[in-house]
Amino acid sequence: MAERFTKSMARNMYMGGSLFFILIFIGLTLDTVRQLPERDNRENLTESVEHGKKLWEDNNCVGCHSLIGEGAYFAPELGNVFYRRGGEESFKIFFKSWMNAQPLGIEGRRAMPQFNLNDEELEALADFLEYAAKMNTNDWPPNIEG
Amino acid sequence: MKYESQAVAMPYFIFALILFAGQILFGLILGTQYVIGDFLFPEIPFNVARMVHTNLLIVWLLFGFMGAAYYLIPAEAETELYSPKLAKLLFWVFAAAGTLTIIGYLAVPYATLAEITGNDLLPTMGREFLEMPTITKVGVVIVALGFLFNIGMTVLKGRKTVINIVLITGLVGLALMFLFSFYNPVNLALDKFFWWYVVHLWVEGTWELIMASILAFVLIKVTGVDREVIEKWLYVIIAMALISGILGTGHHFFWIGPPEYWLWLGSIFSAIEPIPFFMMTLFAFNMVNRRRREHPNRAATLWALGCAVMAFLGAGVWGFLHTLAPINYYTHGSQITAAHGHMAFYGAYVMIVITLISYAMPTLRGRPNGNSNKAQVAEMWSFWLMTIAMVFITLFLTAAGVLQVWIQRLPESGEALNFMATQDKLALFYWLRLVSGVVFFIGLVVYLWSFFIGGEDPAIEAAES
Repeated sequence: MAERFTKSMARNMYMGGSLFFILIFIGLTLDTVRQLPERDNRENLTESVEHGKKLWEDNNCVGCHSLIGEGAYFAPELGNVFYRRGGEESFKIFFKSWMNAQPLGIEGRRAMPQFNLNDEELEALADFLEYAAKMNTNDWPPNIEG
Repeated sequence: MKYESQAVAMPYFIFALILFAGQILFGLILGTQYVIGDFLFPEIPFNVARMVHTNLLIVWLLFGFMGAAYYLIPAEAETELYSPKLAKLLFWVFAAAGTLTIIGYLAVPYATLAEITGNDLLPTMGREFLEMPTITKVGVVIVALGFLFNIGMTVLKGRKTVINIVLITGLVGLALMFLFSFYNPVNLALDKFFWWYVVHLWVEGTWELIMASILAFVLIKVTGVDREVIEKWLYVIIAMALISGILGTGHHFFWIGPPEYWLWLGSIFSAIEPIPFFMMTLFAFNMVNRRRREHPNRAATLWALGCAVMAFLGAGVWGFLHTLAPINYYTHGSQITAAHGHMAFYGAYVMIVITLISYAMPTLRGRPNGNSNKAQVAEMWSFWLMTIAMVFITLFLTAAGVLQVWIQRLPESGEALNFMATQDKLALFYWLRLVSGVVFFIGLVVYLWSFFIGGEDPAIEAAES
């Protein structure tokens, strides 16, 4: 580095630069939190959805699946599974029978454990996935396959 | 080793490497499950093995960082550690908490673990990388507070150098950002948004400070270059890391709910995130070229150079590949993400911890000039085996990711292949990745074996200046 660029200039660049961008980041965080109500489908956050999210977490679903692209990539994306598997008409029927059929027991195929959820719990988990599918995700994923 | 209390770093390093071995074993299980889907099912389902793999990585890196701090801070502050006893006590607390957590993952279903550890009281579990029970998280906070107190007091009574101040800043930042792991709102968009406060502001923020300061420390030691020069570089590198990395968080906000301006901000700032890593590469090679001594521990120098290069490739180049919003729209959550994750973590954080261990461990074992030539040769073999294996793991996962995007993401609905059918098409790449993983494991075995090779101290070519 050029001799004229001194250590104290470097330090000021670090201190000033970080402080400046930390403040901007905090500002943008506040703005994002302010705008989220129009985008995050919070009007549909029912008790059942809340229960469903808890079940999603307690069974570590994200250890195999992704949800809006985040999680593991071993099993299908579930952020839009509501639309992929029947939507308003038949998603719940599909979902319950699918969950109850696990593990499929096909040799060599990736296998999902049986989580022994009762009907009310399956309903809640399905509600959670429906709520997630209806968030504004800037049009992600690109197609129905997730 | 100048200060006796630096020796408390030793158990941290040893335990870190034991966990590293565990991490790679579980990586091999996962790699096998990618090609033989029901391998070890239902005894070890994929989600459990993955949780063990990623959590072991995080915990062993934390052990590595703490060991590094206990070694580096007294040396820089030129004084004994404030309380070696506290450091030893916290070692056992953290080791016990970590071991119990891993046993918990493997012994009972995750839902049972959540229930018996009281996840109902304060639900924080079941989110990627933050799977540990809430009580373990509380334990981590307690250990972190004790640790920061200990090294903070050491610096207060000793010399304050740029290196130890930057290291402490990084470690305090790490601990502060971890507090967001206790915030788990029902609202998924808010949950995801603040989850990145932990994950991104760790690996693309505070951890970069830790990495750069450790690198600077080792470079001073092995090259003998003037501290003033090294410190100036250090400031510029961390300035660029935070200037790009803080708003760079935005590249995670594209599709999880936040407003559209993040598409622009995240793309622009994360596009400059490779700069600090590129500067670290320039820094490392420059300092080694301008060295004022031939340090007999050549293995440590090799790790330092390799770390800078691999961090630039893994975090910088592979990050940039998929960080622009129009590209990320198709690659988000694909095997390309996995490719980037593997090389970035290995290059930046695994290698920086090994760099420091490679320099520090011989001095802690009474070999100030490094291990014997025989041991160093084995260590350098392990460097090349692990590093080349990781390059191939990354290349095969990238190839898998490109193909996945091509057949599952790019076509219209109706024409795109579904997820499971796509995975079948990627099997060849997954097999090749598994083979590379086995080579990585062999490299790790060679690395661990190198600690047990005796022999004479290396000849000192140019006496220490």
